[in-house]
Amino acid sequence: MSQNISKFDPRGLVVPLLLIALWWASAHWGWADTRLVVPPLDVVAYAREQFVSGELALGLVASLARDLAGFAIGAGAGLVIGALLALSPLTDRLAGPSLHAVKQVALFAWIPLISVWFGQGEPAKLVFIALATFYPVLFNTYEGIKSVRRELAEVTRVFGFGRRQTLLRLVLPAASPQIFAGLHLGLIYSWLGTIGAEYYLKVAPGVSTPLIDGREHFEMARVLYGMVLIGLVGALLNAVATRLEQRTLRWRPR
Amino acid sequence: MTSIPRSVSALRLPPVLAGYLTALSRGLLALLLPLGLLLLWQLIAEQQWISPQLLPPPTQVLDSLLELYSSGELASNLGISLARVLWGFAAGSAAGLLLGVAMGLSPRVEAYLLPTFKAISLVPVIGWVPLFILFVGIEESLKVLVIAKAVMVPVAINAMKGIRNVPVGFFEVARLYRFSLWRTVRKVVLPAALPSLANGLRLGLSNAWMALVAVELLASSEGIGYLMVYGRQLFQLDLVMATMVVIGVVGLVLDQGLQLLERHLLTWRNSAY
Repeated sequence: MSQNISKFDPRGLVVPLLLIALWWASAHWGWADTRLVVPPLDVVAYAREQFVSGELALGLVASLARDLAGFAIGAGAGLVIGALLALSPLTDRLAGPSLHAVKQVALFAWIPLISVWFGQGEPAKLVFIALATFYPVLFNTYEGIKSVRRELAEVTRVFGFGRRQTLLRLVLPAASPQIFAGLHLGLIYSWLGTIGAEYYLKVAPGVSTPLIDGREHFEMARVLYGMVLIGLVGALLNAVATRLEQRTLRWRPR
Repeated sequence: MTSIPRSVSALRLPPVLAGYLTALSRGLLALLLPLGLLLLWQLIAEQQWISPQLLPPPTQVLDSLLELYSSGELASNLGISLARVLWGFAAGSAAGLLLGVAMGLSPRVEAYLLPTFKAISLVPVIGWVPLFILFVGIEESLKVLVIAKAVMVPVAINAMKGIRNVPVGFFEVARLYRFSLWRTVRKVVLPAALPSLANGLRLGLSNAWMALVAVELLASSEGIGYLMVYGRQLFQLDLVMATMVVIGVVGLVLDQGLQLLERHLLTWRNSAY
């Protein structure tokens, strides 16, 4: 991944530029329905308007706060329950199958139930985002701890480590790569959850507003602006997570 | 941790029987939590601690599940939903395979297409829905398009990775035998990349099911997701919960079905495990 980023290849720009040229041309000469194919500059103008009026910052802050709060709840629960299941075989046998069964329900199928139980406001949104984050974190934490090698555990037993010491000095460090992978995946899912929550539950300030309004008023420029915004924030979150992951795992011998 | 297996072995049972007993005890243990929760749920509903509008008793959920089944509503709506998944999956996996194989085989194709592909995959499925609605409306083509997009991304990525990981030596042998491009793809690349391809298709199918539910919740007048919306609008949570059960079971069946197919297709590999 990181190699691809550092090595810039201009050939990658050819297709997007061609598409934009085609788009511009068809808007300019009216080759297609002008309501569907708006001039590319309209999107830029709309983005600038949003930036200047402060709407952009407002929506971004609202969505990111929502995303991170939901992520914190879901990831926290996933970490704790995942570790509990991995460390205690009895808990695993008791609760593991049930958790797997519940996971089978597709994420968005929870929306109607959540909207009845938690309303349409901010709590419901947080519950949905937390749910989206929970499972990837849970499974990766579980797998990470399960993959700690037996010999290492035996060494800690020889040295007479206590439970706390074993957890902090052996289990968590040894499982950390996969735990971080789970958190990374959880962050990506939390962004999907944020957009889903804004889209399906009651409208609130956020990055999805341009999408919803744009579709309602048939304003293509708004919809496209919203899509670009969502993609950029997703890419940003991904980049931040990658950087954090690399930095925290730097102590590990290769 | 559990004392059950140990006590079983103390009885000196034949190993097969002991194995069965262990499995049985595990199964019972796994059922303990859901059964306890169901009992608690039934109790809460019967005592009306929580309004039945918010938490209908499990027996009522079962009733409405049976009614959905016997009235034929379940079959007709599920049939419609599965047909949508099938078309979307077919279109998405075809596009994904084509893209993934092309990018995997040729670094030049990858250099031209991968950044655009990444940009497309960066916007999650729901982000595409408004655009698709403006272009194609809210009819069948919208559902197929949304599902196809959800399927295409993992299929293409895994196909590309699978081909990238085919050892260079394989290609050298193929060149030595003067295989044509088509023959190299069919006889060398596809078999070697099959596990990764199968993995991508599985991910794609589970994405397809999720996308179907998402899009049917938004815009549909039939299908399994519509049943949910309908139940939600009438405040019939038993119907909503019954549909959730169906969605879970179908998701599981789809995934297991593809896994079975995968195992069947990969039997020729002589792997150690």
